Order: sequence, then structure tokens, then C-alpha cells
Amino acid sequence: MDDVKTPSSEERKSALSGLGTSRKRVEDARFTQGKGNYVDDIKLKGMLFGDFVRSPVAHAKIKKIDTTAALALPGVHAVLTAADLEPLGLHWMPTLAGDKQMVLADGKVLFQGQEVAFVVGDDRYAVSDGVALVEVEYDELPVVTDPFKAEMENAPVLREDIADQKEGAHGPRRHPNHIFTWESGDKEGTNKVLDEAEVVADEMVYYHRTHPCPLETCGCVASMDKVNGKLTVWGTFQAPHAVRTVASLISSIPEHNIRIISPDIGGGFGNKVGVYPGYVCAIVASIVTGVPIKWVEDRMDNLMATAFARDYWMHGKISATKEGKITGLWCHTTADHGAFDACADPTKFPAGFMNICTGSYDIPVAYLAVDGVYTNKAPGGVAYRCSFRVTEASYFIERMIEVLALKLGMDSAELRSKNFIKKEQFPYTSALGWEYDSGDYHKAWDKALEAVNYKKLREDQAKQLELFKSGKSRKLIGIGLSHFTEIVGAGPVKNCDILGLGMFDACEIRIHPTGSAIARLGTISQGQGHATTFAQILASEIGIPASDITLEEGDTDTAPYGLGTYGSRSTPVAGAATAMAGRKIRAKAQMIAAYLLEVHDDDLEWDVDRFVVKGAPDKFKTMKEIAFASYNQAIPGVEPGLEAVSYYDPPNMTYPNGAYICVMEIDVDTGVSEIKKVYALDDCGTRINPMIIEGQVHGGLTEALAISMGQEIAYDEQGNVMTGTLMDFFVPTAWETPNYETDFTETPSPHHPIGAKGVGESPNVGGVSAFSNAVHDAFKPFGLTQAHMPHDHWRVWKIAKDLGLHN
Amino acid sequence: MIPSAFKFYKPNSIEKAVSIMKDFGDEARVIAGGHSLIPVMKQRLTDIKHLIDLSAIKELKGINISGKSISIGAMTTQVELITNENLFKSAPVIREASLQIADPQVRNLGTIGGNVANGDPANDMPGLMQLLDATYKLSGTNGVREVKAREFYEAAYFTAREDDEILISISFDAPIGGYAYEKQKRKIGDYATAAAGVILNVDKGVCSSASIALTNLSDTPVYCYEAVGLLTGKKIDDNLLSQVTKSCVEQSDPVADQRGPVEFKKYVAGVVINKALKRAFERS
Amino acid sequence: MEKINVSMKVNGKDENLNVEPRTLLVHALREHLEYTGAHIGCSSSHCGACTVDLNGKSVKSCTIFAPQAEGAEILTVEGIGTPDKLHVIQEMFKEHHGLQCGYCTPGMIMRSYRFLQENPNPTEEEVRFGISGNLCRCTGYQNIVKSIMAAAKKINEEAKVEEKEIA
Repeated sequence: MDDVKTPSSEERKSALSGLGTSRKRVEDARFTQGKGNYVDDIKLKGMLFGDFVRSPVAHAKIKKIDTTAALALPGVHAVLTAADLEPLGLHWMPTLAGDKQMVLADGKVLFQGQEVAFVVGDDRYAVSDGVALVEVEYDELPVVTDPFKAEMENAPVLREDIADQKEGAHGPRRHPNHIFTWESGDKEGTNKVLDEAEVVADEMVYYHRTHPCPLETCGCVASMDKVNGKLTVWGTFQAPHAVRTVASLISSIPEHNIRIISPDIGGGFGNKVGVYPGYVCAIVASIVTGVPIKWVEDRMDNLMATAFARDYWMHGKISATKEGKITGLWCHTTADHGAFDACADPTKFPAGFMNICTGSYDIPVAYLAVDGVYTNKAPGGVAYRCSFRVTEASYFIERMIEVLALKLGMDSAELRSKNFIKKEQFPYTSALGWEYDSGDYHKAWDKALEAVNYKKLREDQAKQLELFKSGKSRKLIGIGLSHFTEIVGAGPVKNCDILGLGMFDACEIRIHPTGSAIARLGTISQGQGHATTFAQILASEIGIPASDITLEEGDTDTAPYGLGTYGSRSTPVAGAATAMAGRKIRAKAQMIAAYLLEVHDDDLEWDVDRFVVKGAPDKFKTMKEIAFASYNQAIPGVEPGLEAVSYYDPPNMTYPNGAYICVMEIDVDTGVSEIKKVYALDDCGTRINPMIIEGQVHGGLTEALAISMGQEIAYDEQGNVMTGTLMDFFVPTAWETPNYETDFTETPSPHHPIGAKGVGESPNVGGVSAFSNAVHDAFKPFGLTQAHMPHDHWRVWKIAKDLGLHN
Repeated sequence: MIPSAFKFYKPNSIEKAVSIMKDFGDEARVIAGGHSLIPVMKQRLTDIKHLIDLSAIKELKGINISGKSISIGAMTTQVELITNENLFKSAPVIREASLQIADPQVRNLGTIGGNVANGDPANDMPGLMQLLDATYKLSGTNGVREVKAREFYEAAYFTAREDDEILISISFDAPIGGYAYEKQKRKIGDYATAAAGVILNVDKGVCSSASIALTNLSDTPVYCYEAVGLLTGKKIDDNLLSQVTKSCVEQSDPVADQRGPVEFKKYVAGVVINKALKRAFERS
Repeated sequence: MEKINVSMKVNGKDENLNVEPRTLLVHALREHLEYTGAHIGCSSSHCGACTVDLNGKSVKSCTIFAPQAEGAEILTVEGIGTPDKLHVIQEMFKEHHGLQCGYCTPGMIMRSYRFLQENPNPTEEEVRFGISGNLCRCTGYQNIVKSIMAAAKKINEEAKVEEKEIA
């Protein structure tokens, strides 16, 4: 049958654009032409707009809300307050962390920017006028912004609704402003080791409050169709299925009558995981008015009210022998959760995976305790481009390593190397209970040090130090080292759920008769290029070119259930589901091919895009032929069609890791720093698309640069947000951003179907430590042990001043 | 972030603009590039009922250089200041300073008039105009008058401009000597943590004339009279420049904000001023 | 609210709008004319996602009132290429992975479009300064800069070919 010469396996493999190829992105055609479809692009017939009256103060009783003037304004249709939501039971809503949160201020406000009333009108102009006319009388109360003052005896009680509740969602509460205590590890054992240790370093490490600040803010369009009883909500949701279930549970609309659609998302970085009052109010307003309602927050709203990240005060003690062998680690964290506990963590992990804080090191014994407290700040605590609290954990251990190295008088590169978990120790169970899947930390570390010529860097640094000391220069050089181990891909249903929903993910594949395909996934892209990369996974699994596979996500009516995109879980979980579904397709295809070729299943072997009879290379059936046969032939014992679905419950997390090095020059007089070099080596296991991986690393490093060098959500003592615009909330431009060198090692995950580990968040996790350690390193010769981030100009200047480096 | 409603006017002459301002008093405001005004309107920090767009008034545009006299229409944009080669030849410090303002898009619309007349201490042009000893021409109901830039600023957002007056042009003599405009900021698009402009005319190592002005280091731009006095007629060396720097810093009175506390700003002011002095000296 | 007429040419087409004077140009484009390419990221003229070309200059359309653009010629990302023939800059952004979530992309491309006319042979540093009014949260800019440099090269090569053909 074959007159044409069959292309070689290699040629056919390359035609698939499968795993490992830098396939160009299929998303880009629409994005480059301005044809993306983001929430604010959606325009429905009769659609009204809604927006909030927000609290100007951080803590107050509400004496009165007068909506008369607003309602009298032409163009304003309704004003919702807590009183209107109460009969529906929607004036409060459950949070992801087992707490509850006011949808609209119920008698009091607890943070600046809190939602007080929801004005609905013709368009955003009319609504804005309406918002200005709602009169609210506040009776101000004392404000708590310092988490260490929250638990003082005379501290004002913030959450009066639960003041008497001694038991919270995560165990006992010891103070009205206390949320939980979470412990992990061996307390007594750790204390004993610390007591008896030759060397102990003790330090407070603060990872300041910041915000994911995606370029697109949060928003939604809710449309209640009263004719068919169906609610459709388009929104900036990183987890559309979870939103559907939560919406059903709190609204009592049956889940099959709710359709959640995440259209294109303009970046999320964790900001779009939670459920916000805007979503609830838009839904209620649509039910009340019978027309679609759009709510889109502006940037100030976004920075003031939707989920912040970090705000962890981490007190650490690390012990070692005089030779630098680490013997134990102790950590107590005070976690500032703001006014409501709305952290987005798996249910059993109120401090996320903070217990990955032993990092890349073989530490025999460890203990971690985290206390969450309420303050008059916005709720949140999301994983800003990191798996749940992993960047906090990683920053903590990477600072403690540096502090310990100082105490030991040892080079911190050597100290790391001395304590890395060895290749042969994997799978490795950490002192705090995680089973690290794979890694070769020494290999990565040595490669990194060699790539940057570490020895030479130290020599250059020493020369610059001499110039500084002799008065010839006012600049210092810092070398920031970081080795991180992430824990991503949450996660195994046995210990990971959100609101009772197991954190699996799913993929459903249909092969069309002509041999092209559609795959639908439970996760959703927030810009990572799923439509490109998941098609690559499939191409390699089922031998259909990636360009012939449509990827669809984000519509809960059509996509299989999944828990969404965050914590670098798309590739480890949804990517695995994709591979597994592909394997089911292939298994069925094998039966069809065997029938067509009149051989036994076992006589066939897979060759890129076809099944070939063993030992008879010219006898084969391509996937294209098999696909057609599945639709047009009656095959005994085999159902027609070629479809598969896989719900993948990962057996373990994956543990991406990497070695990052930054060289920074710091002007001690101005506090201005200049990045001279950034080298980032990532091991994310099997690499699906190197081009996209590199792009992810560039982006994550830039977010890390922002966080460590200036980005923060700052409050004054009255609880006013001081960083509400992009002038004060630091997002670097191309001008302040350096070029990055990327590199990799490849240690596949042994339990993931294709060995991939996830990479999107690694650069943020590893980057923050590298940048911050560079600042610390520059001032190390003058005795600096710890200086809190962000290292903006004045704080760096302050370090120099406090060390007596100014004249 | 939506402003309250207003009536919009686009007069084609200064007279018409002035007459609208007279009719509505402080309810009326002129808009030039709008990049200071519109953000404030969006936050509803100001209630403007009548907005007068000056962009149709031809007399407000253009850069005129005749001999050493330079006159710049209030509606001249920052990008026009940057790209005008004749202006660069006559007063290169303007390009140097303008390139440090905001970002490319904002410079395309932002005007010199808007920047100087708004009275925002964070704006760079008011300081630059102190440096150049510029004169502002204002037109109002009572005719045209001139005010020296060094006498124009009273406090943050308070200036010598009357409610019914429009700034129509800015004039100054081409500066002689070395120049520098130094600015420390957190990022592109930020206002200055501290900024300083210097013009130094040096003859055989001796300063024959000088000018020094500061931006965002007080509630108005600062012209450093005393420091200029210290410099003039003296032989320039590092020691003198340090003294001059010290004198300038003493005249500064910054406020704390997210850029840092007062102590830091004063220190950085010293660094920035000293750098500007040295660079101007090198260029003299 | 009192409305006024505003006319402008958008992507070569004459448009007449009847809007409140306070209507921001970005809303006029997105909501009245349904050119949704320009996005809103900050509303305070810091992010540049709303960048369009106005009378041959890059501007941030969130900080201009529609009547200020009376009579103007406006070019948005929808107007520089067609699905069959993308503009070179659009091609190069695709080629060099100069975008991820795509939200900043229309503004970034429109700024690049104008920048390369202002400076057809830029250095990398000039590109970085030239796009410093546009924020991106995903890419870290490195591949955006690469895309623009590649576009400059390609535009110049094409111009050379054209010159030769004419000669």
C-alpha cells in the first residue's frame, strides 16, 4: 500500500512538536492582534455595572449607611448593603481557610478598602457617581496593624463575631485576635539538639507583605437567566470548578445550573484564586435585577482589598557542628492574616507548606510552629507565584544558612554543599515529614558555581571592598546565593483538599475521525501557554501533531472537574492527567490496530505515531488510520469512537529545585543597587517546552526582583494603605530589569507520568533569596547579619548608615 | 477611578479661555497634557465643573529662540523640548532634565506649562525654571503680566497665578557654562527622591556665575541663593563644592513618604547636588 | 449627563461618538467602538496597557478625555496588521515569545510600533528606555526586548530589499 517512502522515526517525531520542543505558542495569534477575550472585554445585552463603596478607615463601627441620594441619581439602579444580603444568608461568606468573611460590612469595617455597599448602574460612570453619593457614618475604633500587638491583653478585639469562640478551624484559639497555632516536627528533640549544639544561629527573618498585582485586575460578569434558571459567571478565576461548587454551596443554586467560565486571564499569580465580595455581589445583583452585571476592580481596589501575599515573621534557630554540619532547625512564625483568614491553602495546611522550611538540606531534626493572627489589614495570604508559603519557607532557610555561615566563619556556598541532601538519599523524607521525590543538588550547585566562576567573583568582590575601604569607591559588591527546593503540584487527595475538594485534576480527550483531537482540562491557563504545552504532552503520547490538537479549558459546562492553576500544579497534576488520558487512548488504539492488522495486541509496538507489527516494520497503522477506523468499522469487543478521560490523583508532590546566583553592586550613599548578573539554574524534571520554561524563569525572576528590592503593601499606624498605586507599589519597567542567564539540569520526577515537575514559581522562590542575600552579602564585611526586605533605596541606605559607613 | 462630570470647552484663543475662567472662577480649570490633572480628577480629589482644553490655542505652542532669548509656549510638550535641536544647543539642561521625567508616552502629552503651573513640588520643571531664572507670562482678565519663576511658588499647589489667569509662555536667557540635572528616583515614572539642577560658569577655575535649584525637597522648588553666593567668585575645588552642597541641603525641607524618611532624603539630596555640581564643573 | 459629539478616525475609519465629556479615550475605544485591544491595567498612566497611537505619537488612552482627541487619527493594535498579514512586530513577538498572558501585549506592541519609527536602529538599552512606559508582569521583558530588536532588523532588511527593487 505504501509507494511513498516512510519518513524515519526521527522525522515523524519532529513533525509532532511534542515534548522537549520549543514550540511557538498557539495563543499568540489572538493576543498580538488584540483579540484576547478578557473579562472586561465581555459585553452582554442589557448588562449593568457594579462597584463598591469602600471604607476609608481601617477599623470602625458603622453607624449609618444612607443610600437615598445615590438611589435618586439617574442611571443608578440599586445599592446593596449587608442588610440586603442578610435575608439570603450572603452578607458573610466562607473563606478557603475555614473562616468567614464579610461580603459587605456587617456593622463594622476591619480594613481600609473593605467593601461597604455595592452600587449598580448603567455604566461605570453612573456607578462611580452613585458610589460618591452613598453616605456612611463611621465610628472609629483603635487600629491594630502590628501582629505582635494583636495578642496583647488590652488589644482591641477585631473579630467581635467570633470573640468568644475558643476553637477555630485549625484548633484552639488563645486570644480573640488569635486564629490558629499549627505545629510540625519534633519540638522536644529539636530543643535538645539546639541546647547541646556547638554552634547556634538565632535570627528573626521577616518576609514582608506584598501583592501579586497581575496586570489585569479581578472582575466578573454574572448573568442570571431567569427563563432557564441558569447562572453563568465569567470571571478572573484561577479555579473555575471550585468557584462553581462554592457558589452552589453558598447560594443554594443547584450546581448543574451554574456555569463558570474563565476566559483569557491577564495574569493571576495567586491573586485570582480566592472568592471575592465582588463576585458575590455581582451574582446577587444579577439575580435581583434580572440582567447581567459586570464588576471590575480598579488598581487601587486590587492593591487595597484583594488578596495580599506573605507577611510572615519567621524567628529561626539553626544549629551545627563547628565543622558546619547542620544538626537541627527551629522556627516560630507569626503570620499576619489581616481581618479575615482568607488564606488559600489546602485545608489541612493553615500555614501552607511552610514545613518545607528545611529546604535543600539534610537536617536531622526540626520543629515549626506558626501562629496566625488578625490585624486591621486586608485579608488574603495567597501564594504569589509560589506554592503555598513555599517562598516564605525557602527565604527563611536561605537566610538562616547565610546567618549560620557568618557564625561559622564559613563560605555559605561550601556550607550549602556540605549539607545538601545527597543524590543517593532520594526519595528523601525530611524531618518535617515530606518525601522529596528526586534531585541532584550537588550537580546543580557545582554547575552553577562553575558557570559564574564563583572563585573569580569572590576575588572581584574583595578588590572592590579594598577600593571602598581605601576611599576610592563608594560602592560594594554583593554575591547572592540561593538553592531552593520547592514543593508543588498539590496534591495527593489523601492529604490535600480545598473546602473538601480533593486536589486532583483531569483531562478528557476526543480524537476526531480525521485524526485531529480536542482535549479539555480541569485547570486553566493564566498566561502560561497551556494550549501550547499540553498539546505537546499529548502529541508525544498519542502521535498526533500538537498543531492538530485543540486545547480547551475554563468552561465548567464542558471541561472535566479540576482544582485550577496555582502552586505550580498545572503541569504536575493536570499535565499528568493529560498524559494518562493519552495512554488510555493509545491502549484502545492498540486494540484497534491489532484488529486491523490481524495480529495479537502484544505483537504490536508503538513507534512515534503508529503501531507497528514487531519484526515487520512495513506492517503498521498510523494514529490517523486508527482514528478513522474507530469511527467507521465495527470492531468486535471494542466500542466505537476514540475518547478517554483521566482523573489524576498524584501519588506525591513534585520537588523542583534550582541554584540561583546574583551579583549586585550597591551604592552605600544612595542605597541604589545595580544588578550585574543573574544566573538561574532550574531543575524542573522533564522539560516540555524549553522556550516557555525560559520565559517563565525570566518573569518569575522579575517578580522576585520587585519583591526583594522594593515591592510591598505598606500600612501606616492608622491602617492606611501607603502603596495603592503603581507609583508606590514597585513593579519594575524594562529599564530597571536586568538580563538573565538561564540554565538547567534535568532530574525527572520518578512518580510523574512524564517526569515533569513544574517551573512557573521556582524563579520567584529562588530569586527572592538570591537578590536579598546579595544585599546582605555586600554588607557582610561590616557585620550585617539581617536586614528586612524590601531592600529599596532608603532601607539599603539605612543599613549602611547603621553600620557607620556614612561620613 | 472615574472623574465626576464636567463641561468641556476648547477655545481657540487665550481671550476666550480667560473669559470662561472668569465666568466660573475656581470651578473651572485648564487642561494641558492632563497627566497631573486627570489622575487627581479620577480620584475625585478635586471637583472641576468646567474643563478648558488649551490645545486649540496656537499661540501657546512652539519654541522661539532669538539670539540668547528663549521663549517656550506653555503647551509645548516634553517630547518637543527633548527633540528640538536648537533648544538643545541653547539650553541642553532642558533635554537632560526632560528625559528624566515620567515615561515616553507621558512625555508625548505632558507640557512644560502644565508641569510648571500645577505647583506640584514633585514636578521637575519648576526646579528647572528656578535654575534658568525663567519668567512666566500669565494672561488674565486684567491683561498680561510676568512673574519670575523664583517668585511664583508659594506652597504645594499654591502659586502666584490668579484663578482667572492662564500661563501662556515661559522665557529665559540661554544659560552659559556647564550644566547638570541629577535625579534619584525609584524607577521610571517616579517622582524624585531628590533632584538638583546646576549651571556653572567657570573662568580659569574660578566660578563667574552659578545657579542651583532643587526638586521635591521642599513644598516648593528651592533656589539655593546662599549656595550660589558661596560659589560665585571662588576657585572651584572639592572642598568648596562640599561646602556648597552642605548649604543647599540646609535649604531643603523634604517630607517623609514611601521614598524614605527626611534624614535619608536630605542625605541623598547632598549626594545628588554634589554629583550635579561636579558634572556641571566638568562640562564648564 | 450632558453629552457631546466627538469625531475621530480610528484605524482609518471615521467614527462619530456622542459621549459624556468625561469619557476616557480608552473607554471610548473599548466600549463605544468595541476595539478591546487596548487594556486597562492601572488607570493612573503607569502601566501602558492602554497605549495607542494618537496623531503619530504613543499615548496612554486612560489619561485622555475623549473630547481631547477630537479630530485625531488613532491607531490601535487592531489596525496595524490583519490576520492574513500580521505586522512584523506582531510576528516577532510570536516568534520570540515576547508575551505570556497577553494583557500588556497590545500596549507593548503599539509602543514598539511607534518607537521603531522614532528609532529604526535602536540598541538594546534604547529599546528598554523606549518601552519604559509599559509594564509587563509575565515576561521579565527580556523576550520583549528580543522581539523588538528582531523586528527592527527585519523591518530594515525589508526596507533594503524594497530599495533594491526600486533601483
